[in-house]
Amino acid sequence: MGTFMSKTITIDGQVVPFKEGQTIMDAAMAADVYIPHLCHNPEFTPHGSCKLCTVKVNGRNVASCTMPAVEGQQVLSDTLELNDERLSLTQMLFVEGNHICPSCEKSGNCQLQAVAYYLGMMSPHYNHFYPQREVDASHPDVLLDRNRCIYCELCVRASRDVDGKNVFGLSGRGIGSTLVVNSASGLLGDTNLAATDKAMQVCPTGALLKKRQGFTVPIGQRIFDHHTIKDVQLGDKHE
Amino acid sequence: MTFELETAANPEGLKRVVIEPVSRVEGHGKVTLLLDDDNRVHQARFHIVEFRGFEKFIQGRPYWEVASIVQRLCGICPVSHNLAASKALDMIVGAQLTPTAEKLRRLMHLGQILQSHALHFYYLASPDLLFGFDSDVAKRNIVGVAAAYPEIAKQGIALRKYGQEVIRITMGKRVHGTGAIPGGVNKNLSLEERNILLKDIDNIIAWSQAAVELIKKVYTGNPEFHNGFGYYKSSFMSLVRKDGAMDLYHGGLRALDEHGQTIFDHVDYGHYWDYIHEEVRPWSYMKFPFIRSRGREEGWYRVGPLARVNNCDFIPTPLAEAERKIFKEFDGGSATQATLAYHWARMIEMLHAAEGIQELLLDGDLQGDDLVSKGEPALRGVGVIEAPRGTLIHHYRVNEDEMVVRANLIVSTTHNNHAMNEAVRQVALQYLDGQQVTEGLLNHIEVAIRAFDPCLSCATHAVGKMPLEVELVDAGGNVIDRLAKNSDGRCDI
Ligand code: SF4
Ligand code: FES
Ligand code: NI
Repeated sequence: MGTFMSKTITIDGQVVPFKEGQTIMDAAMAADVYIPHLCHNPEFTPHGSCKLCTVKVNGRNVASCTMPAVEGQQVLSDTLELNDERLSLTQMLFVEGNHICPSCEKSGNCQLQAVAYYLGMMSPHYNHFYPQREVDASHPDVLLDRNRCIYCELCVRASRDVDGKNVFGLSGRGIGSTLVVNSASGLLGDTNLAATDKAMQVCPTGALLKKRQGFTVPIGQRIFDHHTIKDVQLGDKHE
Repeated sequence: MTFELETAANPEGLKRVVIEPVSRVEGHGKVTLLLDDDNRVHQARFHIVEFRGFEKFIQGRPYWEVASIVQRLCGICPVSHNLAASKALDMIVGAQLTPTAEKLRRLMHLGQILQSHALHFYYLASPDLLFGFDSDVAKRNIVGVAAAYPEIAKQGIALRKYGQEVIRITMGKRVHGTGAIPGGVNKNLSLEERNILLKDIDNIIAWSQAAVELIKKVYTGNPEFHNGFGYYKSSFMSLVRKDGAMDLYHGGLRALDEHGQTIFDHVDYGHYWDYIHEEVRPWSYMKFPFIRSRGREEGWYRVGPLARVNNCDFIPTPLAEAERKIFKEFDGGSATQATLAYHWARMIEMLHAAEGIQELLLDGDLQGDDLVSKGEPALRGVGVIEAPRGTLIHHYRVNEDEMVVRANLIVSTTHNNHAMNEAVRQVALQYLDGQQVTEGLLNHIEVAIRAFDPCLSCATHAVGKMPLEVELVDAGGNVIDRLAKNSDGRCDI
């Protein structure tokens, strides 16, 4: 084997190697550097919508989940300024939907909640929009509660790319966005979604849930009750 | 009868005394007294000033969320709501509870009874009972009790903490945990947890006994006064076990009239609406339930500790049963209808809860692993328990998609609505008529309400305490006089 000179970037001064084609996020995760993120899941093509993963490269803000790593890049991530912006973005996600953690069964397993804890969010700060959103309970095994959807499109990607079904899609823009499903009636029960689909495993919030789970796992025994989202998301790749 | 005081003949020209909200009851209530120029009481009403339409809120939510959401109804008695809802949801999932699940729920429930009764007696009621109803308002609070009777205050704090500890361990959290789920519970009690709770239980029983002794001494020390304060007779309703025993978690409905005669007995609560109706009156957000067979006028009743101690044939734990007999036999049974006897009955129940907790902790079923069961699903579920303040009814209907389409809750405080109004009218007649209004006199009204331990937080479905405001308003709506009271009971003018 010949000498292999891997290329590197730095993140907050730490030297991080990368392979051609990797994004800053990929390189960071491979090197156990946590950059907060919600719409990114290494199993799927990056989407770049939540902007939580924003970092500074040469003085410019970029989404690290979509930005390719380039030799010599100097990346700033864990700074006061960037974490402040991440906190604001997270707070906006909370007020744009109806996220009522105390009665939500995803509490303790929810990435939105876990990121909020990680960023030290103590209150939503902004005024709640209290939008009117539809709950779709027509599927025998799945509940779609749009109140909790953050439009990450992970279910869209999983259904299209893994399940080959195209059950979900996003319609409208910005605050008018809705998660729609692929059936003439517009109801989930009339799609070919199955509870075993990949799309059912990727929702970072409690928007897409298997029915009748509720609080079977007690509060206190859930993943983020004992681990930060940083540990969980970096730890994933070792398993 | 004091029905005539509910609505004055001609309210114009009368001035209005408003107590808002009643301090040292949880939640937000308001007493309005309409006085004429000679301070004679023309109208006395206890009412609720806020309503949050919880039943609406739960519509369109999946049933498996309900037991957790309903806990948000009330920061004071979340466990009771969790359990009543879970019992209703058991019917919806068609469950027959496993012994482990049922006993764990009973343990949670007795923990809640213990903590709630201790909170009420030591923090809310003992200042009045130990110092007098018109004693110095600056001392008439738990801090004053701690200064004058440090040992009593210490035991009260320990009892409440122990109840909270039972809740924390069985539900996962001290407030708003998730212990009961449709069809069962989500965790058992480990041996370590059991041993933590077992360590203190002997003290807890002993201190509960001391509490019964204390209220007995206070009460029997001045029997005419305590029997006579806000006195009236009524029917009582509660759950009882099949054999007539007191059972706070499960049973059939029993109602006895003011003479102790049976109105109905061992009624399956799954059809409670055949026996109880609810009336709406324009001046109160809180409904007025009544026993159907007795009609609107005569059908009102009392629930809670006094109802349960009166209604049961026996209490299935020995120390509390001995105290029940003493209570029933006292002065020829004269305490059984007394408003202030609620305090006495409440402490007998606290003792029963302490004994019951010990019994359960020694039961190996609590370490079982068979936690949840399921059966033939149904679209309707009714769950009833005896919450600390009385009978609590949760009733849900779901659709084929498993979403709640209708919910009806009758909380303990609502059952007692008419009875509390009756107590207010009695006390207004006894103590306020023709008098100058003072803080001490107004506190007499509050004492009568407080005997029921109303959870206005539940009844209004809004959480939180607010400072007391007393306003004297004339018929034109002008504030003549104003008295503000902080939630700790101190007054600023
Ligand atoms: S349902 Fe979940 S996975 Fe799908 S877009 Fe909404 S938040 Fe993302
Ligand atoms: S994680 Fe990169 S934009 Fe959402
Ligand atoms: Ni309550």
